[in-house]
Amino acid sequence: MHKEENGKDIDKKELQQLTKVQIYFELFKQIFVLSACTFGGGFVIIGMIRKVFVDKLHWITEDEILDLTVIAQSTPGPLGVNMAVITGYRICGVPGALVCALAASLPPMLIISVISVFYNQFKDNRIIALLLQVMRAGVAAVIVDVVIDLTEKVIKTKKVLWMTLMVAAFIALVVFKVNIIWLIMICGAVGLVNSLTAGKEAVK
Amino acid sequence: MIYLQLFLAFAQIGLFSFGGGYAAVPLIQSQIVEIHHWMEMDQFADLITIAEMTPGPIAINCATFVGQQVAGVPGEILCTLGYVAPPFLVALFLIRLYMKYRNLRVVQGMITGLRPAIVAMIASAALSLLVLAVFDSSLAQLQITDFHAVEAVIFVVSLVLLRKFKVHPIAVIFGSGLVGTAVYLLI
Repeated sequence: MHKEENGKDIDKKELQQLTKVQIYFELFKQIFVLSACTFGGGFVIIGMIRKVFVDKLHWITEDEILDLTVIAQSTPGPLGVNMAVITGYRICGVPGALVCALAASLPPMLIISVISVFYNQFKDNRIIALLLQVMRAGVAAVIVDVVIDLTEKVIKTKKVLWMTLMVAAFIALVVFKVNIIWLIMICGAVGLVNSLTAGKEAVK
Repeated sequence: MIYLQLFLAFAQIGLFSFGGGYAAVPLIQSQIVEIHHWMEMDQFADLITIAEMTPGPIAINCATFVGQQVAGVPGEILCTLGYVAPPFLVALFLIRLYMKYRNLRVVQGMITGLRPAIVAMIASAALSLLVLAVFDSSLAQLQITDFHAVEAVIFVVSLVLLRKFKVHPIAVIFGSGLVGTAVYLLI
């Protein structure tokens, strides 16, 4: 009974009310589950982290999660793990980052360890291939859901510049296959110039 | 000695792969197939297939698999550690910079400009995934005749469940896998 109460409360409790150990445990649990279920690459885990830490736990704000995404993008290596590490650091410093790195790396390690033993059976199993193929439809829905939320957010700024930049960046990526690094640099420069020319009002 | 080689090989991969999982694939290939000959090319192709089929970053899957095949469990741990540690340090460095300077106007201006770009990046990843799910091909090779009705219906239903009924994403992913597999086995 006590456990159930705890489980329900933890969603609503402010970060400050939790002990360090509770925070580490919750971080580990959330990231471990997300990492175990992220079929489809780093952007899926970003969407999931947003869902859990912004919508459900309210530990991070919507704006901040986008900033953290920029940082994760600018870091070499696995996007999903980097995002987890940065989220962990934001919530409780270096120990949080370590907990999240471990929680994000363990599930794929465990799964591959098992698979590497049953390598041939796994590769040729029809049901598994089918399951993984149809599961992509669900993964696509999760990401599209996140994209709708984020797009609404950009539209709500009511700034033509940001809406244009978003559409232009999308076309640049999809049609012209522009390198992400270039896109980050150009959009950063646009934001910088905008904040310098538009005066203090441009920056909230 | 092999342990050190494994660790360093994957540390290099971790440090130089910008832009997500697929950016790491050519680096992994050069290290484990061409430089160190830990794997043959056809084994490597199988490895990529398995990595794609399972959750988690593709390069961690590769690191674990290579480490395990070359030097057992210790190899597995060292490869993954080698791959994760350098980006971990870079990430910590960048987040500390961000926390320290995020209130500067210049930095805020830059970040504000980056937000629409990040939304566009996630949107483009979403589009590729959607095309892969519904047409089983990449965007460049898209053909209308490849349309998979089952996946399309699952996608729409999943999206409604997520948006209207706020169902947990993980439940949606596994639910879609189970329902879809059942439908394919029945028809």
